[in-house]
Amino acid sequence: MRATSDVAVVGVGATEYYRRGQSWPRTITELAGSAILAACDDAGLTAKDIDGFAYYSGAGAGYGQSMDTAEFMETLGIPEVTFSAALTSGGGGAAGSIGLARAAIVAGDANVVVTVMALQQARQRLGSVFAAAPASPMNSFIQPSGLSGPGHLMSVLTRRHMYDYGTRREAFAEIALSQRENAANRPKALKKEPLTLDDYFNARMIAEPLCLYDFCLETDGAVAVITTSAERAKDLKQKPVPVVAAAHGGSRDWGRAFGWMGMPGENFASSGHAPVAKHLFERAGVGPADIDVALLYDHFSPMVLMQLEDYGFCAKGEGGPFVESGAIRYKGGSIPVNTHGGQLSEAYIIGMTHIKEGVEQMRGTAINQVPDAELALVSGGPAALPVSGLILGRDS
Amino acid sequence: MTALATALPGENVHITTDPYTEPFWQAAKEDRLVAPKCADCGTFRMPPTPFCPSCQSREVEWPRLSGRAVVYSFSVVHGFPGLPDITLVAAVLDLPDAPGARLVSNVIDVDPAKVEIGDEVEVVFAPIADGWKLPLFRPVA
Repeated sequence: MRATSDVAVVGVGATEYYRRGQSWPRTITELAGSAILAACDDAGLTAKDIDGFAYYSGAGAGYGQSMDTAEFMETLGIPEVTFSAALTSGGGGAAGSIGLARAAIVAGDANVVVTVMALQQARQRLGSVFAAAPASPMNSFIQPSGLSGPGHLMSVLTRRHMYDYGTRREAFAEIALSQRENAANRPKALKKEPLTLDDYFNARMIAEPLCLYDFCLETDGAVAVITTSAERAKDLKQKPVPVVAAAHGGSRDWGRAFGWMGMPGENFASSGHAPVAKHLFERAGVGPADIDVALLYDHFSPMVLMQLEDYGFCAKGEGGPFVESGAIRYKGGSIPVNTHGGQLSEAYIIGMTHIKEGVEQMRGTAINQVPDAELALVSGGPAALPVSGLILGRDS
Repeated sequence: MTALATALPGENVHITTDPYTEPFWQAAKEDRLVAPKCADCGTFRMPPTPFCPSCQSREVEWPRLSGRAVVYSFSVVHGFPGLPDITLVAAVLDLPDAPGARLVSNVIDVDPAKVEIGDEVEVVFAPIADGWKLPLFRPVA
C-alpha cells in the first residue's frame, strides 16, 4: 500500500551520542539546538522557517532540565512561533508528539513544527531518579520500598508476566541479543560488541528478574524531527514520510502504571498500550500484519515483549514464545524490531531514536533497511499515561 | 546462608503527607494498618486520594485492616544508592480486606529466594525519619 496523509515528517537530525555525563562541555541547549539545525538542514529548511514546537514529557529533558521555546528562538534566531505545546507526563508521549505536531498543522496554527528531546545526565542519572527525588505525598507510598528507578518498578510487572504466562528470561535475552546485533554496524551506536546468551545470564542482577542487559543505556545527546504539511513537504529536499496515524492516551486501568501499582487484572503485566494500539490501527485503516518494521520503546527489555502483545503482533501472554522463535530478528524475523539497536544498544534519547529510525526506514535509507518496507510502527514508552503510538508510511 | 531481605534503614526513609494521605500515616504511627474506603459506595482505594474513583464521593472512612496481605508480585532489589550491599524484597501486596487496593512495601526477614507470588504476609511497623512509622511485612508464621 502507498500511504497518504495530511502531514509528513521532512527532517531528522541528531547529535553524537555519549555515555551518561560525557557530553560536557556541550550544554543541553547546544545539544538540542544542534539537533534542530541538523533536522532543518536535512529538510532543506532554515531555523527561520520554524514556526511551531510540539514537545512531550511536559517539555522536560531528562531529569530536572527542560526544553524551552523562547530559549530556542533567542539562540537560533527563530523570528516568530504560532504554536508551542507539550504532551504531559514522560517518555510515553514520544511517538505521540508527532501527532501533536500534526494537530497544530491540520488546525492551521503552524506549518513547520519541531519536536526535540535532549538529554544530559551530568547532575542526576535517570537510573536512580526515584531515590534522589524528594518525598511527595504520592511517592511516599512507593519510594520507601527501595524501588529506586524505573527499571526496578518494571521488574515487578515483569515477574507477574512470568508468573501469569510462563514467560522466560530467555525471551528477554533474545530482545537484548537481537538489538545488540542490529547495533553492530551502526557508527554512532554506543554498544556494538556482540552480546552472547552467556553474557546475559552471567550479568549482574539489578532488580530480579531483571539483569544489567535488560536495562537501557544511560545516554547524553539530542534528536530533533520536523513535521510539516503534505503540501509543503512536496517542495523540500527529502522524500516526505507521511504521518499515517498517531494516537496517545490510555485507560484508567493503566493510569499512573508502575507509579501506582493498582492496575487490575491483565493490565498489570502489560505495556498499557492496548487502547492506543486500537485507536492507532483504526485511524490508519491497517492492522499489525500490515506493519513491516516496529520501533518499540525499549527502556527495559520485557516492555518490548509486552508491547508486541498489546499491538497485536502475537496474542496476550504469547510474547515469550513469539520472541524466542526469532520473530523480531532483522535477519529472518517476521516483524523486525528496533533495527537501529534501540535504547538497549544504540542510545537512549527518550524515544526519539525510534522516530528517527522509522523515518529512515520509510525513506529507504536505513542502515539496516527492511526491504520494501511501507509501514513503520513507532511507540512511546510504557509509562504513566499518556502512552502513544505512531504509524509512518512510504511516500508514493 | 543467604542474606535475609531487609528494609531501607529507617533514618534514611522520609515521607511527606497531604490532608488526604495523612490519616494513613497517623494510623501507622499507632501500629494500625488502614485504607481509605468510600463512605457512599464502599470502594477501597490506595494511595489515598480526594475522590472515590467509582462514584466521585468525597466522603471517606478509614477502617482498620487485619494487617494480612498477599504478595501479588515482587522484585528482589540488589543495592540502593549509598547502600550497595543491601538486599530488598520490594513487593506489591493485595489487601484481602480492602479489595482492589494495593500496597507497595517490603517483605523482610525472609530468604529472597523463598518468596513467591501468592505468599501470605502480615504487617509490622518500623520507625522511620521524623517520628513516622512504615508498614512492612513478614511471612505469616
